[in-house]
Amino acid sequence: MSHPAVELDGIWKRFPGVIANAGASLTVRPGTVHAVLGENGAGKTTLMNCLAGVYRPDEGAVRVHGVEQRFSAPADAIAAGIGMVHQEFRLVDTFTVAENVVLGAAPRVVSQRAIAGEVADLAQRFGFEADPARPVWQLSMGERQRVEILKALWRNAQVLILDEPTAVLTPQEAVEFGNVLRRMVEDGRAVIFISHKLDEVTSFCDEATVLRWGETVAAGVAIADVDVTELAALMVGEVEAAPSPDRMTEPGDVAMSVKDLTVDDARGLVAVDDVSLEVRAGEIVGIAGVAGNGQRALTDAIAGLESPRTGAISVMGIDVSDAPPQKRFAAGLAYVPEDRLGVGLAPKLPVAENAVMRAYRTLRRGPLLSWRAAREYSEQIVERFEVKVGRMDLPLASLSGGNLQRLLLGRELTSGPDVIVASQPTRGLDVAGVRAIQRLLLEQRDGGTAVLMVSEDLDELLSLADRILVMVEGRIVGEFDAHSATRTEIGEAMMGAPS
Amino acid sequence: MILADITISEAAAIGLVIATIQFATLLYLAALGETIAERAGVLNLGVEGMMAVGAVTGYIAGAVSGSPWIGLLVGALGGALLASIHAFVAVGLGADQVVSGLALTILGLGLADYIGADYTGDSRRAWFADVDIPVLTDIPWVGETIFAATPVTYLAALLGVSTWFVLNRTAIGLGIRAAGESASTADAAGHSVARIRAGAVVVGGAFAGMSGAYLTNTLVGTSWSQGVTAGRGWIAVALVIFGAWRPGRVALGALLFGFTLALQLRLSGFGIDFSPILMSMAPFLMTIIVLIFISYRARNKPSPAPAAIGIPYRREER
Repeated sequence: MSHPAVELDGIWKRFPGVIANAGASLTVRPGTVHAVLGENGAGKTTLMNCLAGVYRPDEGAVRVHGVEQRFSAPADAIAAGIGMVHQEFRLVDTFTVAENVVLGAAPRVVSQRAIAGEVADLAQRFGFEADPARPVWQLSMGERQRVEILKALWRNAQVLILDEPTAVLTPQEAVEFGNVLRRMVEDGRAVIFISHKLDEVTSFCDEATVLRWGETVAAGVAIADVDVTELAALMVGEVEAAPSPDRMTEPGDVAMSVKDLTVDDARGLVAVDDVSLEVRAGEIVGIAGVAGNGQRALTDAIAGLESPRTGAISVMGIDVSDAPPQKRFAAGLAYVPEDRLGVGLAPKLPVAENAVMRAYRTLRRGPLLSWRAAREYSEQIVERFEVKVGRMDLPLASLSGGNLQRLLLGRELTSGPDVIVASQPTRGLDVAGVRAIQRLLLEQRDGGTAVLMVSEDLDELLSLADRILVMVEGRIVGEFDAHSATRTEIGEAMMGAPS
Repeated sequence: MILADITISEAAAIGLVIATIQFATLLYLAALGETIAERAGVLNLGVEGMMAVGAVTGYIAGAVSGSPWIGLLVGALGGALLASIHAFVAVGLGADQVVSGLALTILGLGLADYIGADYTGDSRRAWFADVDIPVLTDIPWVGETIFAATPVTYLAALLGVSTWFVLNRTAIGLGIRAAGESASTADAAGHSVARIRAGAVVVGGAFAGMSGAYLTNTLVGTSWSQGVTAGRGWIAVALVIFGAWRPGRVALGALLFGFTLALQLRLSGFGIDFSPILMSMAPFLMTIIVLIFISYRARNKPSPAPAAIGIPYRREER
């Protein structure tokens, strides 16, 4: 009798203030694509990190092909035939594709030509296209993902863990990706596919395990004979309905305009290519596109964190093209950056100090900061935006993702901005958090604020936005009316097809 | 002897070339060691201290044993030993690399003075003789200058080539470079980041120690005395940046900087009257100019610096 490829039994993993896994279990049979489902924060990634040797579980057993394992480092897991493709890629940007693939499992003496040839052969065998001599920094996110998978195949991984692999792919690429997965399990490998998108799971997975709050709520159910809505209910638990996007008001005048904007990235390559757009008061404009197509450079340039090569930006009729961020804020621009903890908030500073970071100039007594005023100001934000905090003087890092985002949004919205630029405002939040943030943005829209929203979640944009602009390789390649456009139309535009 | 036939300025020119090569050897050994450490992602500002410890231990071992090779070996050990403090503090404990490196320099300089207190002005010295290479040494001019070097110069060149080979053509080198570019990637690929980084720091320290031993055992006009390293460790640190973290370019930089140091020593031989104090500033001035030039250039080009340099790596952080 053959053993399961992977058995995780009663895994517990605690972090300071958080229990990520509370006795989770998972059994994966060889030759299958097994979906691990769960909302953000359900403990999927932590569980997989325990299997891949990144974390050591506090309790519980890990068995691979029937043999109990205690991994103390990723190297041990690799040796046991486990390969993991992390959500944030583990690639060396300056290395070539071939160097990245062989890293950690290279022949003692490395000949560039020899490894390039072998990697090309491997790629061909699994139906990938990859140029082994290209440096990774030149690759798209989809291509980088293929390099990650090649890495695992190079070490002959029998169990391949993919953490949210389709987040960086267009809908069409995701379908093709499913076919590649089928090819990999045909010769007895097992693929573990972490996702929170149910439609992908039903199209190319065999079995599914559902996690919620760190526990397994459904184990190894066969996709073929399960009701999808049942899975969804298991995943989510009870949540409030999506906010209704029905509008109360009509869009007004142009609140923000961007004209002929071109931005270079740190490498001197064009990140934003001659983009012009307008956002009207009381309107949500969505920017759709696969990650890494210049969205971040665009929003950073609007916020004044990146200096554009050419182009003009105006907020409420004031030209802010060369203005520093503080001037743009004064002109009525609020910014919710993609990188919440890097750009938006300072994780080691207390909640209160983070809350007043925008408005501290108004909270003074003479030349000094009035701490009493600052405290009152931050308490207002916490109360109004329902941020769950312990103590105001504790470091911000103790807050959960959803509460961090509420605080950040609260800080930006308290000043009553005319224009909000929000980049990935709901990414990584649990369902309740997503709903809350979406509702806040809709409220702002109804209050006459212009909102520019970047999201990789097409469904979110379709339900919230009035207009959707599609960004590919730094250019706006298509504009859609969100009320009449279809996923397929927009997906085609995201692939760079002319629209 | 050919010397009889040539004029004073030609003798001075020959002396200048010889001194250039000697200083270049000194700088290259230390800078090569620092290159290895930095490619693995660890900035070690303790080069000056490691060089000083190598200088004093290398001198004592050489003087006592009478063998310059033993001096070189003990100097390397001394440098490596001091470097292992940095490896423990900055890699093992994940402390700030700049602070730990600066402390290492101060500690190393003090330690060297303490150890060498009884040897200041000691007249015993273990010399490396010039290598006599048949044919090459007999070539006029070139033979008397470029091929009049001690074995240490050839050793430095050999180490430079080996370092290039290891970094670019071996699995270990791939791991070292990955640790310097993205530690989490190297870790996920199964390399031990801590071991790679600690190893690179210790090897770098050995190279700096050798450089110090070469300074006291061979370089013209010096034996052990307080402050014998005279800031040359710092020039080596700048040299790594100048050489864009590549062994070959660092070698070119070592020759250029070695020339400046030699010029400072030999200028009077050409009958040029120039303030020796101002001249002694030249290498440092050049370092600053080079840094300005490099940071200016770096604004519109991908940086050649290892991306993870100076960042301690801890695995279970989230």
